[in-house]
Amino acid sequence: MKATDTRQLDLQELPAAARHLRESGARMRMVYAVVAAHSNLELRYLAVPAGTSPFILWRCNVTGDPPSLAEIWPLLGWYEREIMDLYGIRFRGHPEPNRLVLHDNSAPPLTPVGREYAQPDPLPAANGTWSLPELVAPDVQTLPFGPVRADVLESAEFTFLYIGEQILHYQPHLFYKHRGMEQRFEGLDPVRGVVLAERVSGVGSAAHALAFCQAVEAACDCVVPTRALWLRVLLAELERLYNHLHYLGHLCNTTTLKVGEAQGKLLEETAKQINARLTGSRFLRSLLVPGGLRRDLQPEGWLRDALESLREEIASYVRHLEASESHLDRLITTGVLSSRVAFDQGATGPIQRASNTDRDLRRDHPYAAYAELPLTVPVRPEGDAYARARVRIEEIDASIALMQRVLLLLPDGEIRRPCRPVPSAEGLGWAESPRGSLFYAVHFDRSGRLARVKIKSPSFSNWRVFPFTVHETNMMDYAINEASFGLTIAGCAR
Amino acid sequence: MAFWTLIGLAKGKATTGWPGPGDDGQNGLLGMPRYKQELCAEDCDACAQVCPTRALTIHPGGGLDVDYGRCIVCQLCTEACPTGAMSPSSDWAFGARCRDDLRWAEAVDTVAHARSPERAGFRRSLHIRHVDAGSCNGCESELQALNNPFYNLHRLGIFFTPSPRFADLLLVTGPVTRAMEAPLRTTYDAMPQPRWVMAVGTCAVSGGVAEGGYAGGHGLEGIIPVDVYLPGCPPNPAAIIEALLMFLDRAPQRVKGGRIGE
Repeated sequence: MKATDTRQLDLQELPAAARHLRESGARMRMVYAVVAAHSNLELRYLAVPAGTSPFILWRCNVTGDPPSLAEIWPLLGWYEREIMDLYGIRFRGHPEPNRLVLHDNSAPPLTPVGREYAQPDPLPAANGTWSLPELVAPDVQTLPFGPVRADVLESAEFTFLYIGEQILHYQPHLFYKHRGMEQRFEGLDPVRGVVLAERVSGVGSAAHALAFCQAVEAACDCVVPTRALWLRVLLAELERLYNHLHYLGHLCNTTTLKVGEAQGKLLEETAKQINARLTGSRFLRSLLVPGGLRRDLQPEGWLRDALESLREEIASYVRHLEASESHLDRLITTGVLSSRVAFDQGATGPIQRASNTDRDLRRDHPYAAYAELPLTVPVRPEGDAYARARVRIEEIDASIALMQRVLLLLPDGEIRRPCRPVPSAEGLGWAESPRGSLFYAVHFDRSGRLARVKIKSPSFSNWRVFPFTVHETNMMDYAINEASFGLTIAGCAR
Repeated sequence: MAFWTLIGLAKGKATTGWPGPGDDGQNGLLGMPRYKQELCAEDCDACAQVCPTRALTIHPGGGLDVDYGRCIVCQLCTEACPTGAMSPSSDWAFGARCRDDLRWAEAVDTVAHARSPERAGFRRSLHIRHVDAGSCNGCESELQALNNPFYNLHRLGIFFTPSPRFADLLLVTGPVTRAMEAPLRTTYDAMPQPRWVMAVGTCAVSGGVAEGGYAGGHGLEGIIPVDVYLPGCPPNPAAIIEALLMFLDRAPQRVKGGRIGE
């Protein structure tokens, strides 16, 4: 696969290789399945090395039941379960082999035999049950909440096992919204693929489109004009800006700081209106395409001032938040995530950076024009809700500084070059989305159509981590803790 | 906290006067592409070829069928069209009582649904229960924006309510994934009568990019009866407000026969 350091492994070599990888200081990111020739399933493991050298990719033919690596790399547990649900294979020795994505009564829809683009049968509509830990203590109460929740929220079901205020165990069911998005890419051309990528997670449209385009460009050796590369940075940072502002407003909602919530959401609205004025879309859609951008943008003459006045308002908003003890008291020491758990369970983005880990794809594996831009990566050691908010606040500052730099140095010139699909090509693309690292692995078939697209989304990673900060905490902190993670369900469920 | 109250007061009023005199907040926004039949070239299917959701299809007898209920505003057709028959526009007020009004028609003669009699005396306050039936969260982002100080939905007497028991209107987003079908029906069944349903976003109207497949749906059609259709990907907050006011007979339906009336 292009843009990776690829190795072929046998199934029995996997555990030793996984242990060795851990010792080397690298971090595993995901495993996915792809139907190779002759209806054989192949597993692909993606890892990020310690430094800035290329990503590590293992290819592994499924010749029997593969060994589960979840004991060595706990974060792989969910990826393996998703593969078991969708492809119907079994990972040997999996610590929690129950269903993750599909209900118990659903047959695996993507079993590889003879499936070449054939539309899989629809799943049964009747819901089976979800597996829960067995309860033996009579005092423990069960609270199922969702999938339709209060307020305007995405659908998901949360089960709390609790005594009084104390949560003993928390289990989210996040896949009611599973739309089978990865399978929908099959048979499309890359241009329509972008339209789909933009709709995997609406508030991550730009990052998804960017990672997808970069994967296609890597696979097909496409060149992107310089002006387009710089404008891509602008789009990615505008997305971070409105997402982080929404986050701050929503966090105030959970600490019942009503004016703070209104102010944060007004700033988000201002940012979204800037998006619309610049790109025609409040979600920065319909611009990215493999090979550059579909249209040129005209930020000259107004965007600089608009961002500067927004920056001043944000600075005064943040000063007020920092002076609100009732707000800070609810955040400090809430939902602590240790750097060890963050590493083991695969935390990413601001969540990981708030747990003392200095990683950012924009700096460590630069794409678009990031290599030419100075980037501050905020890191906090505490791992609590306050640290997660602080990291985002500091990222807003860094983001606006980046955008002003882009506007200052933005070169003229063309914005799109042809990018034709190459038959049987494969490529990896990535982006540091507002919620963390996002990867797209793109495979073309022999006729140059998309054959397999795998999405490693930051919300999938961080939802895996989140329950570890909920067990053994109390009910009153739950909503604040959840808001402090800033996750989406659509990005996780796909 | 007194300190925040003072900050709020000092900031002054942020709310737009729109839909009265004032800014609708959608400056620069691209809406549904506008179809000009007279410019459409014969034997050309460039737009239908690129359309990802079959909003544009070639009619068996020649000519183009345009269904805005399937449009996801991706603008690909406006770039593919060689003659300008599909052109970018700012038309976003696509709330319609009748699904047929979202299909482009040569003559604009479809009539909006007759008002149901029980709607009399029900024109001021409205309580909405929202259900996400598998959206990409773009629609939720815009629904959440309705309560920000700029749009301030409360000023219009429209509220979101936590329980379907208090709701007049069920507002559904997403294509209705297989797993969300049962929770959606349960929510609808829990609403007191009379009750109404609004499909928000192209996914809820027709399935959008998430139509079919092993996990997806086809929108609300055939699951629960729909009173208002609002396509868009996602529809912006002003479009949602217009559609809600239209439902309450406080604003006219602006789309008829697949085009915004003069």
